[in-house]
Amino acid sequence: MGVTFLALYFFRRFAGFAVTLFVAALIIFLLLDLLPGDPARFILGINATPEAVAALRDQMGLDAPAHERFFGWIGGMLTGDFGISTTQRLPVSQLIAERMAVTLPLSLIAMVVSIAVGLPMGILAAMRRGKATDTALMVLAQTGVAIPNFWFGMLLTLLFSVTLRWLPTGGFIPWDEDPGATLRGLILPGLALALPQASILARVMRTALVDITEQDFIRTARAKGLTKSEAIWRHGVRNALLPVLTILGLQFAYLIAGTIIVENVFYLPGLGRLIFTAISERDLVLVRGATIALVLVTTLTMLVVDLTYALVDPRLKGRDA
Amino acid sequence: MISRKSLALALFGLMLASGTALAQSNEIRIGVALEPPALDPTAGAAEAIDVVVYQNIFEGLVRIDQSGAVQPGLADSWSISEDGLTYRFVLHEGITFHDGTSFDAEDVKFTFDRLLAEDSVNAQKALYAPISAVSVIDPATVEFTLSRPDGLFLFNLGRGDAVIVAPESADSNGTEPIGTGPFAFVQWDRGSRVVLEQYGPYWGDLPALTKATYLFISDTATMTNALLAGDVDGTNNFAPEALAVFEGNPQFKVLVGSTEGETILSTNNRKAPFDDLRVRQAMAHALDRQEIIDGATYGYGVPIGTHFAPHHPYYLDLVGTYPHDLEKAKALLAEAGYPDGFSATLKLPPVAYARLSGQIIASQFAEVGIKLELINAEWAQWLEDVFANKDFDLTIISHVEPFDIGIYANPDYYFGYDNADVQALNETLNATTDEAERQALAQEIQTVIAVDAVNGYLFELAQTGVWNAKLDGMWQNAPVEGVVLRDIHWVE
Repeated sequence: MGVTFLALYFFRRFAGFAVTLFVAALIIFLLLDLLPGDPARFILGINATPEAVAALRDQMGLDAPAHERFFGWIGGMLTGDFGISTTQRLPVSQLIAERMAVTLPLSLIAMVVSIAVGLPMGILAAMRRGKATDTALMVLAQTGVAIPNFWFGMLLTLLFSVTLRWLPTGGFIPWDEDPGATLRGLILPGLALALPQASILARVMRTALVDITEQDFIRTARAKGLTKSEAIWRHGVRNALLPVLTILGLQFAYLIAGTIIVENVFYLPGLGRLIFTAISERDLVLVRGATIALVLVTTLTMLVVDLTYALVDPRLKGRDA
Repeated sequence: MISRKSLALALFGLMLASGTALAQSNEIRIGVALEPPALDPTAGAAEAIDVVVYQNIFEGLVRIDQSGAVQPGLADSWSISEDGLTYRFVLHEGITFHDGTSFDAEDVKFTFDRLLAEDSVNAQKALYAPISAVSVIDPATVEFTLSRPDGLFLFNLGRGDAVIVAPESADSNGTEPIGTGPFAFVQWDRGSRVVLEQYGPYWGDLPALTKATYLFISDTATMTNALLAGDVDGTNNFAPEALAVFEGNPQFKVLVGSTEGETILSTNNRKAPFDDLRVRQAMAHALDRQEIIDGATYGYGVPIGTHFAPHHPYYLDLVGTYPHDLEKAKALLAEAGYPDGFSATLKLPPVAYARLSGQIIASQFAEVGIKLELINAEWAQWLEDVFANKDFDLTIISHVEPFDIGIYANPDYYFGYDNADVQALNETLNATTDEAERQALAQEIQTVIAVDAVNGYLFELAQTGVWNAKLDGMWQNAPVEGVVLRDIHWVE
């Protein structure tokens, strides 16, 4: 029974994943088609002759009917061809890959820091529930959520770059040039991104643990002679991980797509800035390619979280599909 | 807890190991706000392209110097026929492109044939329309035949749009530019930086700098921090509101110069009520330029009364044509049939000077009963609405092309000014090569458009550079778009 259930569960999740992607592609394409502004005119500026603009439109393939361009795009993506950026004249997949070399490590650093800081904070607060430590930690977490990450980033820059001159104000040195310098450049933005994430994690972890503490199995554990902390540590934390896992999935998706302001503050060539620039330059091929890549990463993350549920939570196996 | 401790240790170790690297005395890191979309100056209008490549990677037959004058470039000398229709250039010999291929007259012919071809995507193609033929006389001599005399021909040859490219590399210049200049392209980390290196076999005097890195930093606060921390050595045009940080600081120099940017309240002359001269005059009287300059550029702009750069020798000071006078403005409006004023829209592109000026002008116009609705647009949309479709009442924009008064002779231009006298004057101006005559003609046009109050003439944009105090040789003024590295050097 369990195996059939899992197979069906997986199949449903995969089907949902594919449908989400197609609908997202359609919406992205339609919205971009409605966007005012001529990409060719944008590139050539206000003194260009109509002939030059027409020649460029032709080169960019902007004059084909919408359905042809849509299916051309979908067909291309199925074979791994995301098209050529109209402003940079390079394959969109290459441009996205370049940016991922910044965005992925940055997101990972932020994730690791937020887990390393947020989870212990949440566990400690739950263990000391109602005491001064709890209050202090939760005030701290509330502050962390309230502070905008870019502003925190600027404060970090002022202290560590302008005043102490320990770390660079930003910029990205390619990994193959000097990995140490690359990493140094990612520390401050990583911390800036991690602050609100860690705060949210701490609060979620604490709430989940507190809920669990009130359940029967913890009382049973206490009755067996464990202290409150021991009971939480041995039996509570694993059970509290489920909501935390959901939040982690959401946070990772957010970090991949939503770091644009922090990227701006630290002048990092991440995915967020790529999309922002592409939109303002009307590089529609690049915008839709990068957007669909984000949709892909986000839905994939959610898919992985869903699948992990099934594996982590033995109760799911027993249920009917 | 262990993870936290080890992380802190790792951080500390990294910090100790680092320390901010100091720039070598022959290298420079320049911060610029906008990243170029591509690096081919002959296939795009973006100023950001010229900032990186103009006169650094690419060179033209002639080059524009800091004062805006034409100097020999790839051509050592030239002669102009009596009728102004034939230009013969003698090229410097022994020049190579950065990929090792040699430069000669064939490259010049290729460049201009490409520029003028039907499928050309040169943003300034219209400027070179007078060229009817380019012929190779011998490898070191090239001759241009014009269909009509053009007083700006040499200047236009010195622009970034007319740099010489080689047939071998022309198609890939957007991503891997190959020119003849003193700096060769090394790498472009998209979204981050472009690195240039001194080109050893350069035909002219070698520049003092051996390496130049352009860093793309769009956020003003971030650029300020990067300058203060020494992560960048300078920026050619910084947000005026941030200059105060550097003005009193002995480690920096602030260079305030002029640009070719006439900032104007562009008015749709086709459309009522703006087709009525009295309405345009009333608007001109309602403008308080100094207030706009103080509010929108922190005092760094220079007031203008017509469409011409104040530093140009032909400039005529017409700021006093319609002085700030609210009573007169109201009277003119009443005379034109709008005793209670009228409502109009003001479309603003996404640049600080436009957005700020727009708010100030709206409040100035409100005093005479003109109610402006401010509409913010992004660039692509602004270009489409205002420029291509002419769907606007008023807008604010800086016209950055040098010597662009000719736009007033084009009735199809977006502000739609149709005056046969100006068109005739402009045609004569184009065909005149005598300096004194040209000046008289240019000044006559300046006067006519000022009196006609075609657009609201606001101010000339300033160039406000911030540089490390130990750097010298930067251009204070910007007669053409670009950050020319050739003379920049460190002094002790």
